[in-house]
Amino acid sequence: MSWTSRLPRPTRRRVIAASAVVVLLAGLVGWSAWPERAGWTSQDKMITVLSGPERNESVTLDARLYLPRDRDGKVPAVLLAHGFGGTKESMSDDAESLAGRGYAVLTYTAEGFGRSGGQIHLNSPDYEIRDAQGLLDWLAARPEIETDAAGDPRVGVVGGSYGGALALMLAGQDPRVDAIVPSITWNDLTNVFLPQSADTSATGVFKKGWAGVFFGNGGAVPSAETLRGPSAPPAGVTIDPACGRFAADVCRAYLDVATSGDPDQSTLDLLRRSSPAATVGQIKAPTLLIQGAVDTLFPLSEADANARSIAATGTTVRVAWFTGGHDGGVGPQTDQDRVKFLTAQWLDHYVKGEGEAPSDSFTYSRVAGFSALDRGLVTNGYSDDAYPGLGGTGSTTVTLQGPAQPIANPPNGNPGTLSSLPGTGGRLSELLSGVAADIPGQHATFESEPVTKAIDVVGSPTVQLRAASPTGEATLFVKLYDVDQSGAETLSAGLVAPVRLTGLPASLEESEVRTVRLPAIVRQIDAGHTVRVVVATTDQAFLSPVEPATYTVQAGAQMTLPTVVGEPIANPQTIWRYVLGALIVVLAVGLAVLLLVRRRRLRRQHTPTDPEHAGTPLVVKGLRKAYGDGFVAVEEISFTVQRGQVVGLLGPNGAGKTTTLRVLMGLTMPTAGEALVFGHKLVPGSPVLSRVGALVEGPGFLPHLTGLENLRAYWKATGRPWEDARFDEALEIAGLGDSVHRRTKKYSHGMRQRLAIAQAMLGLPELLVLDEPTDGLDPPQIAEMRRVLKRYATDGRAVLVSSHLLAEVEQTCTHAVVVNKGRIVASGPVEEIVGESPSVQIEVSDVPAAERVLGELGVRSVLPDGPSGLIVDMNGTPRSEVVASLVRAGVAVDRVVPRRRLEDAFLALVGENSRGSGDR
Amino acid sequence: MSVDVSGATGYRPSRTLPIWAEVRRQASRRRTQIGLGFMAVLPLIILIAFEFDSGGGDDDNGGAFGSLVDLATSGGLNFALFCLAVSAGFLLVVVVALFCGDTVASEASWGSLRYLLAVPVPRARLLAVKLIVALAYSAVALAVLTGVGLLAGTLRYGWHPLGSTIAAEIAPGAGLLRLLGIAGYLAVTMLVVAGLAFLLGVMTDAPLGAVGGAVMIWILSSILDQITALGAIRNALPTHYSDAWMGLLSTPVQVDDLVKGAISAIVYATICWGVAFWRFTRKDVTS
Repeated sequence: MSWTSRLPRPTRRRVIAASAVVVLLAGLVGWSAWPERAGWTSQDKMITVLSGPERNESVTLDARLYLPRDRDGKVPAVLLAHGFGGTKESMSDDAESLAGRGYAVLTYTAEGFGRSGGQIHLNSPDYEIRDAQGLLDWLAARPEIETDAAGDPRVGVVGGSYGGALALMLAGQDPRVDAIVPSITWNDLTNVFLPQSADTSATGVFKKGWAGVFFGNGGAVPSAETLRGPSAPPAGVTIDPACGRFAADVCRAYLDVATSGDPDQSTLDLLRRSSPAATVGQIKAPTLLIQGAVDTLFPLSEADANARSIAATGTTVRVAWFTGGHDGGVGPQTDQDRVKFLTAQWLDHYVKGEGEAPSDSFTYSRVAGFSALDRGLVTNGYSDDAYPGLGGTGSTTVTLQGPAQPIANPPNGNPGTLSSLPGTGGRLSELLSGVAADIPGQHATFESEPVTKAIDVVGSPTVQLRAASPTGEATLFVKLYDVDQSGAETLSAGLVAPVRLTGLPASLEESEVRTVRLPAIVRQIDAGHTVRVVVATTDQAFLSPVEPATYTVQAGAQMTLPTVVGEPIANPQTIWRYVLGALIVVLAVGLAVLLLVRRRRLRRQHTPTDPEHAGTPLVVKGLRKAYGDGFVAVEEISFTVQRGQVVGLLGPNGAGKTTTLRVLMGLTMPTAGEALVFGHKLVPGSPVLSRVGALVEGPGFLPHLTGLENLRAYWKATGRPWEDARFDEALEIAGLGDSVHRRTKKYSHGMRQRLAIAQAMLGLPELLVLDEPTDGLDPPQIAEMRRVLKRYATDGRAVLVSSHLLAEVEQTCTHAVVVNKGRIVASGPVEEIVGESPSVQIEVSDVPAAERVLGELGVRSVLPDGPSGLIVDMNGTPRSEVVASLVRAGVAVDRVVPRRRLEDAFLALVGENSRGSGDR
Repeated sequence: MSVDVSGATGYRPSRTLPIWAEVRRQASRRRTQIGLGFMAVLPLIILIAFEFDSGGGDDDNGGAFGSLVDLATSGGLNFALFCLAVSAGFLLVVVVALFCGDTVASEASWGSLRYLLAVPVPRARLLAVKLIVALAYSAVALAVLTGVGLLAGTLRYGWHPLGSTIAAEIAPGAGLLRLLGIAGYLAVTMLVVAGLAFLLGVMTDAPLGAVGGAVMIWILSSILDQITALGAIRNALPTHYSDAWMGLLSTPVQVDDLVKGAISAIVYATICWGVAFWRFTRKDVTS
């Protein structure tokens, strides 16, 4: 069968349903794809501000002002500052989102970047900060912007990294700022680029990896492509190949520190001047500090220093950490959402004056694992009542074991250990599983016993360290690994503690004990894991001494791990759990209601609908069946089957017999009319069908079961008592002998037919409906079947047989119903129909002569029947007279056969249209 | 309940086609036996395949999850997990589609459906019994796969903690719970396949069409889910959360996607079954 023939015909209902689905789908897709009308407008401006120590150097800044589209009156403003190497374009997403919240947002490209003029002074108070003050003036002059006083706009400053430091320094320098949200930024560049993790005043270790990235980013000579692009520097800017757009003093400072790793005082001064540390104590604007835990450039300690300085003056400050940063990127979605929420809440309260005051709680997140779907990180958020600093709210001490070990510093620090990949950004998963690989001979290991219960480390762990060096100096890198049971070690976020010790003795016994503060981390060290402290001589992210040397190091026995046990932040995703619960409850209730309704409906079916016919096996009244495509299989059929009758439903193929029987079996719904079985109206599944046995449209058996198993499986499905089945009688009728133990798929057509009749007779139903029962049977079996059916109809039972064979109906049935083209053409007792008919069939030698003679006799009609035959409706004329008249007229009569009514009726139909009217 | 006066003696609609009769009807079928048998044999085939492993250096390209295969021989739990993971994408889908799609369609193609309806087994009851039994066989298939995998893996590789590279090793006891949770979640995601196959099985008389159709829709959905350009539309795909069981391997377990996946699967299955019942209780059975 081809697939096309299985396609449903396009009826009106189907077309409407299909169109509705198409329209709905198109609507959904269109609705989701339709661009949302932005809630803001924007305009690009070139704003010229006066900058420089003397406020006499004019700098043109490439800026863009976003305004909320629907605003009534003046709106508060937000100044958005970009990160190092970015332009105003890098802030467009944040700007649009804030503008959508009802803020006027000013983004701009900082001096020395993109299309803005000027040079990079590294957030110098005289340049970049002055520029930003100029922008505050500009904002205050705009008519759309709300002001606190003349020249004092209501404004918050938001920025990350370079922009974050600008926010801090601007708030420290200009009291007009109302609130700031600096993120992933620094406190003191000398600590950033020359970190020192030990409690000593010696200059730290130069963070060459990041410094190079930092400097290269802004200092690189723009490529030809950039020069043609929209962020090309303005004409007239001269670019020094060594310093790029850096100001000369910044460039000189970089070259100084990057060459020797030991900066001179003027470099240190410049770095300090470019740091919020100097002015952060003057900040009065409420400050929300957001710092990333996966950040080897500006680690959590930078935000901690800012927070402590700001809080010391009584200014409101709040701290939040997220799993991301210069190494980790923006972090997982939950963290982005939290940061976004905190920022909006902060600005809404302190700038717009809406919403309750944000609490002081400290929020952070810890990696929980990988998302199974997008393979990104999944973090859990936690909160604690107040910011605990880097020391945690509690602490756990673990005991480290390991002897003093000699470790070698290779010349020029090469080969060097790899712990992080500065500037690659976003490679969070690699960093979390640790790129670290310590080089043999260059590191000492001190390890704890497996911890007995999980430790929630939040903050900076501390460890004691003693070192001896023949040169008197040592550059060391202290790392904390979390080692699992299988020995896999993880360096949290790739963070290391660089230590530079000076004035060291040659032997360990004389050396002083130093306390090393490791970088702050957020990590759960699971039960059974060990804590491993590694002291290495090299790290590729840092500058190590040129001269080779061998140090001896010994870590102290006690390591302190700061801990915070935060409250898990309710995950908004948990709402889905309630949705799931509600869904299951709704479905359960819905199912229960459906079952109840159904049970009630079933009970209603039990009462007879027509008591008048309660004793009649079958009454069919005005049955009509039209299919969805307009084909009418049954026009109108009415007949009755009484007890004791064997009724034959006779008709040519396609007369509508099978459709009628299908309706009687509850397989097909009639379009009109009804069938009553023992007074019960038949609908699909009517319980009264259990009093009917059926063979409709051939047998249907499970091919893998034997004949007997099929009968048993069928009876099992009826759920009726086993002893009511009368298997023996049924099997006798089937007459299959030992073949009942063979699988039905091996049966011949006739065997299957007999088995199907036996199945129909299981339980001796009061009404037996058989569709073409003798199909496939041989003559002796047919004869036997006739006897069986006649016998069956005794005892008040009834049989309805359909057939297209006249002889069969005539010999088997007591009554007959002749149908054609969906209508009844004759019905009644077989003897009555079969009785004498007014017509005869005559075969004559001369047909035209005979017709003439017959015409004179006054018969009702004469129809030709074959080359020499005539069918004559006698109209009461005796047959003998007809023959005599023909013979007298010289027409030889070969045969005179009286016709019977049933044959008349049947042949009339078949003769007129033996092709039937299609498959009914 | 009142005495049923309209039906034959001993006939009650609620007693027709008893569950156990349907179970036996299906159990006698070759496809049921092969389906369940294959579920039992698959872990053994995998086990034998691992025995041939010479330890050659395949380059690891699956990231954090590619290591499931490396860990498969580390213990019975991991072996069973591996068996589940490799079957989840296709084999389980086919088996579930077979059990659920074929159950009504095959009766229709044999012609035995009309005799069941003429018993009469009420149509809704017929579908309900068929569905319950098909789901039960699907559950048995999953249980056999997990059970044999666990048994064979434990006998061969021992009873060790459940390892994954996502999180720390999970102790055997907790690991067994996680494994059962994963099997349970897979069972829930398979409801979509069960729903689709059952619906198609009711709509068509061709058992192969129903089974193949459901598998094809599943694969199509999986392909669409790979296309990130579809954005949020992907969340509505029936296969979108099919890998969320991996969340059960991390510590603490990540159940958010599991919950969403369960919602998605239940909604899809409910819609499919609802349409199947609605259609079947109204249509003319012409087979």
